[in-house]
Amino acid sequence: MTKFFPLKAFSGGAKLFSIKGGVHPKDFKALSAECAIERMPAPSLLRVPLQQHIGAEAEPIVKQGDDVAKGQPIAVGRGAVSAAVHAPTSGKVIAIGRFVAPHPSGLPVATISIRPDGEERWAELPPPLDPETAAPSEIAARVAASGVVGMGGATFPSAVKLNLGKRFTLETLVINAAECEPYLTCDDRLLRERSEAVADGVFCIAKALGVSSIIVAIEANKPKAIEAMTNAVAGLAIEARVATVPTRYPMGSEKHLVQTLTGRETPARALTADIGIVVHNAATAHAVHRAMRYGEPLISRVVTVSGKAVRRPANVETLIGTPITDLLDHCGGLSEEPQRLLLGGPMMGQPAPSLRAPIVKGVNGVLGLTAAECRRAESMPCIRCASCVSVCPCGLTPLELHARIKNEELDGAVEIGLLDCVACGSCSFVCPSNIPLVQSFNYAKGKLTQQQRTKHQQEETKRLAQQREERMARIAAAKKEAMAKRKAEQAAKKKAKEQKAKEAAALKAAQEEAQSGAQEPAPGAASAGAAAAAAREATAPNENPAQKRDAAAKAAPDKTEAAQ
Amino acid sequence: MLAAVATMTAMGLSLGALLGLAARRLKVEGDPIADEIEAIMPGTNCGQCGFPGCRAAAEAVAAAAAPVTLCPPGGRMLASELAELLGVEADLSEMGETTPMVAFIFEDQCTGCTKCFKRCPTDAIIGASRQIHTVINDACTGCDACAAACPTQAIVIRPRPDTLQNWHWPKPADGLDAAAAPAREVAA
Repeated sequence: MTKFFPLKAFSGGAKLFSIKGGVHPKDFKALSAECAIERMPAPSLLRVPLQQHIGAEAEPIVKQGDDVAKGQPIAVGRGAVSAAVHAPTSGKVIAIGRFVAPHPSGLPVATISIRPDGEERWAELPPPLDPETAAPSEIAARVAASGVVGMGGATFPSAVKLNLGKRFTLETLVINAAECEPYLTCDDRLLRERSEAVADGVFCIAKALGVSSIIVAIEANKPKAIEAMTNAVAGLAIEARVATVPTRYPMGSEKHLVQTLTGRETPARALTADIGIVVHNAATAHAVHRAMRYGEPLISRVVTVSGKAVRRPANVETLIGTPITDLLDHCGGLSEEPQRLLLGGPMMGQPAPSLRAPIVKGVNGVLGLTAAECRRAESMPCIRCASCVSVCPCGLTPLELHARIKNEELDGAVEIGLLDCVACGSCSFVCPSNIPLVQSFNYAKGKLTQQQRTKHQQEETKRLAQQREERMARIAAAKKEAMAKRKAEQAAKKKAKEQKAKEAAALKAAQEEAQSGAQEPAPGAASAGAAAAAAREATAPNENPAQKRDAAAKAAPDKTEAAQ
Repeated sequence: MLAAVATMTAMGLSLGALLGLAARRLKVEGDPIADEIEAIMPGTNCGQCGFPGCRAAAEAVAAAAAPVTLCPPGGRMLASELAELLGVEADLSEMGETTPMVAFIFEDQCTGCTKCFKRCPTDAIIGASRQIHTVINDACTGCDACAAACPTQAIVIRPRPDTLQNWHWPKPADGLDAAAAPAREVAA
């Protein structure tokens, strides 16, 4: 049950609605909150993965050895949900191959390696696009061409979300700048330092969606960002306001943020667009601004490097493809072996598989956490305290879900809402028995997806097998037919040959008769004439094999198919 | 009394006639259970179960002549589905978690003889005469037909390689919490 009560103290007047559950982890944002965004120079080697987004892998359009300019497209989106990839700086493509992905599995992914030449030579960029005059589809096309994806971590291609106005009636654009994960300060800094740019990007997105109002949601623990953004959005042509939302994890979860702001719940497995709202991340808005006003593709992003194992925590504007190790070196390196090296925040971030893995569009933080900052404890039996139930923002019963998943009752877990879990990790955070709750939900969800894939694949292979069987039957039938035709043809030929032989014999006989019967010309001539007529008649069946051959030629497509 | 007897008799006769008619009209040809089983079988007719094709296997399962665990490509998932369909208890413990297998061709040993792709029931091998052949993993069922046909033993059946698409987190083990969890320090 959702309790509705106004939280006027936050939000600056507008009514807010409370959501269920949530936790208050210590935020550690002070480590990097006062570090201004700094630009990191290009490293000696960039590894640009072709799969930095949800959807299909991009298709490379450069070759090994090519010289590329900064911002030049090096891979294009494949299919409806995909994103283009651009060269982060000028240099030479030294390899196109598979390289460790910034993904917990550490599996290799198609990657273009570029050796920067240090010239920072820009490619020819498309001209600026004015959101006031551009059509919504033009804005979406520009955003797609710039390879912008959701930069809050989900990495869904933004252009697809900008086209939602075509399918849904949209009222409100929500800009998610809650940044509820501990440690992360990159969005905070972006809002403080580049508030005008972010506000302009917000305006571009609103224009593309055709919405009538904008809400920029910022957590109450970022007063400076709230102030800067309030000033920045005041001048926009569309009604816009900054909403201060309570500091509570997971406030940045899309559906929960929408509920806090509007009191409306998004139905299970539906989009927020179904209730007329689209949510975009603040960093995405900044990227859209660069794409629209300067034609610049998404080739860098602000990353928070923090954690107590990092010597100099910072907010770094990093080129996409920079290896983690170079970024850490830029921040003074690690002071000790971190207990955990995470990409993203501590609640939902994923362990980095390798220091050589690159920073990609969806990485908002690199955290080197010391043993003191991590919990590493033996998990104990569940005492059914229901702490997890009270903090679950989705209203689920994590303890029951976990029990079912432990027994491999995945369907049973789905029945009680496994698919509504947003994997925020609040349950694991509060569990006094240290039960890996969210970890087992992640396992179960992955396993279900895999099962679905397997099933789909089996259906596909079945279809393939049936098609092959049909084809084989067709080929066999065609072969049989061809064989029958050939037999008929041969039979006809044989017949014709016999006929010819007969005819020749008849002619010979007639000639002999003519020679021998010179004395009696009258009957001989008559018989010779009869023989000639017979011969003429005999040639007629000779045409038949030719006709048959034509028929065989007509049947030839079958044969070629059989050959195929 | 008479009316009741008459009514019951009339009803009995008419319903009996109806049933008799239905038995003739709606007569089912063949075994519908075998059809249902065949529908959920992989359908590649690979023959790993020992029956000539999925139809024969389905008939055997329907007749309880074969266990529901007979199909290696279908794996545990198919076995549990079959058990559910037939209403039998399946002993899945012996089956274990089957890892999906795919064929792999060692290119240095492939002579391009085309024997393998002529055997492949799902057209998962591409290549041409005297060209190196290769396997499309997504279409391969790991049925072993190609490996048996290869004259140079250039084909092995190996577990399907993990990709970012099919990888998922392993089941967390009890004991030391192996996944990321921040220290439980709560904001003041």
